[in-house]
Amino acid sequence: MITEFGAYALVLALILSALQLILSAVGGARRSALLAGAGRGAALGAFLCTALTFLALIHAFVMSDFSVANVAANSHTAKPMLYKVAGAWGSHEGSMLLWCLVLTGYGAAVASFGEALPPRLRAYAVATQGALGVLFLAYTVFASNPMARLYDVPVEGASLNPLLQDPALAFHPPFLYCGYVGFSVVFSFAMAALIEGRVDAAWARWVRPWTLAAWSFLTVGITLGAFWAYYELGWGGWWFWDPVENASFMPWLIGSALLHSAVVLEKRGALPGWTVFLGLAAFTFSMLGAFLVRSGVLTSVHAFAVDPTRGVLLLTIMGIAAGAGFAMFALRAPSLNSGGLFAPVSRESAIVLNNIILSTATAVVLVGTLFPLIREATDGEAVSVGAPFFNMTFVPLMVLAMAVLPAGPLLAWKRGDARLVVRRLWLALAVAVILGLVAFAVVSPRSALASAGLVVGFWLIGGAVLELAERVKAFRAPWAEVRRRATGLPRGAWGTTLAHAGLGVFVLGASFETTWRVEAAQALSVGGQLKLGAYELTLTDVGTAEGGNYIAERGIVTITKAGAPVCEAKPERRFYPTGKQTTSEVAICPKVLDDLYVVLGERRAGDNGQPAWLVRAFVNPWVRLIFLGPLIMAIGGLVSLSDRRLRFGVARKVEKAA
Amino acid sequence: MKRLLIALAAVACMAGAAADPAERLPDPVQEARAREIFREVRCLVCQNESIDDSEASLAGDLRQVVRDQVKQGRSDKEIRAFLVERYGEFVLLKPPFSLGNALLWATPGIALILGGVLMMLLLRRRSASAVDGEDAQRLSQEEEARLQVLLKDE
Repeated sequence: MITEFGAYALVLALILSALQLILSAVGGARRSALLAGAGRGAALGAFLCTALTFLALIHAFVMSDFSVANVAANSHTAKPMLYKVAGAWGSHEGSMLLWCLVLTGYGAAVASFGEALPPRLRAYAVATQGALGVLFLAYTVFASNPMARLYDVPVEGASLNPLLQDPALAFHPPFLYCGYVGFSVVFSFAMAALIEGRVDAAWARWVRPWTLAAWSFLTVGITLGAFWAYYELGWGGWWFWDPVENASFMPWLIGSALLHSAVVLEKRGALPGWTVFLGLAAFTFSMLGAFLVRSGVLTSVHAFAVDPTRGVLLLTIMGIAAGAGFAMFALRAPSLNSGGLFAPVSRESAIVLNNIILSTATAVVLVGTLFPLIREATDGEAVSVGAPFFNMTFVPLMVLAMAVLPAGPLLAWKRGDARLVVRRLWLALAVAVILGLVAFAVVSPRSALASAGLVVGFWLIGGAVLELAERVKAFRAPWAEVRRRATGLPRGAWGTTLAHAGLGVFVLGASFETTWRVEAAQALSVGGQLKLGAYELTLTDVGTAEGGNYIAERGIVTITKAGAPVCEAKPERRFYPTGKQTTSEVAICPKVLDDLYVVLGERRAGDNGQPAWLVRAFVNPWVRLIFLGPLIMAIGGLVSLSDRRLRFGVARKVEKAA
Repeated sequence: MKRLLIALAAVACMAGAAADPAERLPDPVQEARAREIFREVRCLVCQNESIDDSEASLAGDLRQVVRDQVKQGRSDKEIRAFLVERYGEFVLLKPPFSLGNALLWATPGIALILGGVLMMLLLRRRSASAVDGEDAQRLSQEEEARLQVLLKDE
């Protein structure tokens, strides 16, 4: 009954989205507050209905209602409750429903919190959001209905892939989608501005909070995914340049570029066309990701059932939405006049440089991801583009960006003074270089490349700290003055500092971990020992353990350092009888910044006839920073978001005064 | 989010890992070189994984091939050429510089140059309009007053 109710609510959501589109568009065109208001009401209704469907789907999963095809294919009675709930968005159909939920949710948010926006802009934005809602809800209702029933009801479900039964992955999609789909609002605002033919500082101020929110969510989502890969897959790696990872990374890169160019537009009125273009591109990349992940055109393996027919539909949806967006852009962009002159050395120029590099990086990831398809289509040759390619092209681009990054916030708008920046930053550079040299001399084996990576990381952190010190006049003004300045500093400035320093923290971790990871492997019988850097590992025991829906072989590995106990690792090999799948559960002994990472291999015959297990272990130095850095960046985004200058009311005052 | 099936396939036909002592070459220098090469060679049955990461048995076979060749003293280039001849370009995770791959390798350069040219145009247009826009930049009294209101808002 509840399932039918959910299916009905989904159709209702589609109809309400269509009403949202029509009412808001007509309301905007005729300047009718009544119609626009009705359109906003429809937006709220569409969100409520989608939410009801979503709850109904979760209900079906929790109750293990296998008469629902989606539940039968992705759930199982013995599955822990968390994964029954998370299973609701673990499948193709469920994830599209989540996509629609977030999409209509953002639409409802614009409808309810946008009172300060000019009525027409708001009406057109709500209308565009409605149009996107129609496209994706229609797809969900007609081609990917999560509430579809089975005539032949199975007794037991097929269960969710055990690799996905993991807390980090349960929360990964909601964050990712809040990011991905958050860019839809930016897309809608861009369309609204293009329809009105006006892109100005006030528009940038309205768009920035949405961009910041989406970007922060996406940052957290990608980090969770990388963290999951790190501890669940048992390779010790955290980023593989896999097409699916790239699909989520491209909107992030474009979103980062957009965050910066929107600042230029807001403060200086420059780059309106480019900023709108990025606004359209960010969501286009989100849609491209949705298509790539689900269509199976690329050889990446993903939890979603791959379906070429649906892939074509998703491609069509993307074509319609992006096509309309860019056609509108081509039509209106020439008439957008750009204010704000600036000199080659200025903060505007620095941000333009940032945008050029980030866009180039996006192009590299895009072409790298699609290149196997391009070659296949042109001369039929199968090629692979993997991590070595991206490391060789993407990384130098980022190093270039990061080399100039600390100078950006220190440059004045319009016309900056390069010498002044050098005078302010030499300390950061000196400290970074010295620390890099120390690492080169002390850490073994010596690696010039990794030491250079550390220099870049320290340079970013030092630059961010110095910039903050400069703003509060630390060490140069009396303490009371410094405190007054620090409390008076806008939240946006703190956010910038945090985000840039967070990037530095990430670079430190990535450089250190990638180069100085220590690896050891040995087939051990019970009592056998393995040396891992300064640590000794002893396989003390191997027993069995039982979880709710799996049985496991659990090794007990005692780790000591110079005879003193460090920790006891319990890596497992889990067998899930439902899907006849085996997974390895890595054991991690966290130190402050490092991880001791132990993987239990399969049982084999040892030397003396006793069973032995291949034990692989890593010391992953500074690996914590890899996940901490992006988290700091996301927190920076949220801190900026709380800046009072970004609230709608302020923007309205600006508008009135202008 | 990746490579679930690989993991499963790997479980189905386990063949140890790249670091497995049973596979290692006795000479640590040669072994280190072999590991370097592994990172650029694709495990053919896997989705997007190097033979250094993979536990699939075919990856183990390929590691054996590479290690044998390293042991015979062949250069990295020769080994790569050998692998391409046997398995096609698909086996390399970093496509070689060739006409067919020109687009791939030229993308960063083209995009950067394009961006640079656009920036130059932007700056040049700016400086040209700056000369005759000098007056326009000076604020009128009314504008000055409005500016004060705005600044107070901040």
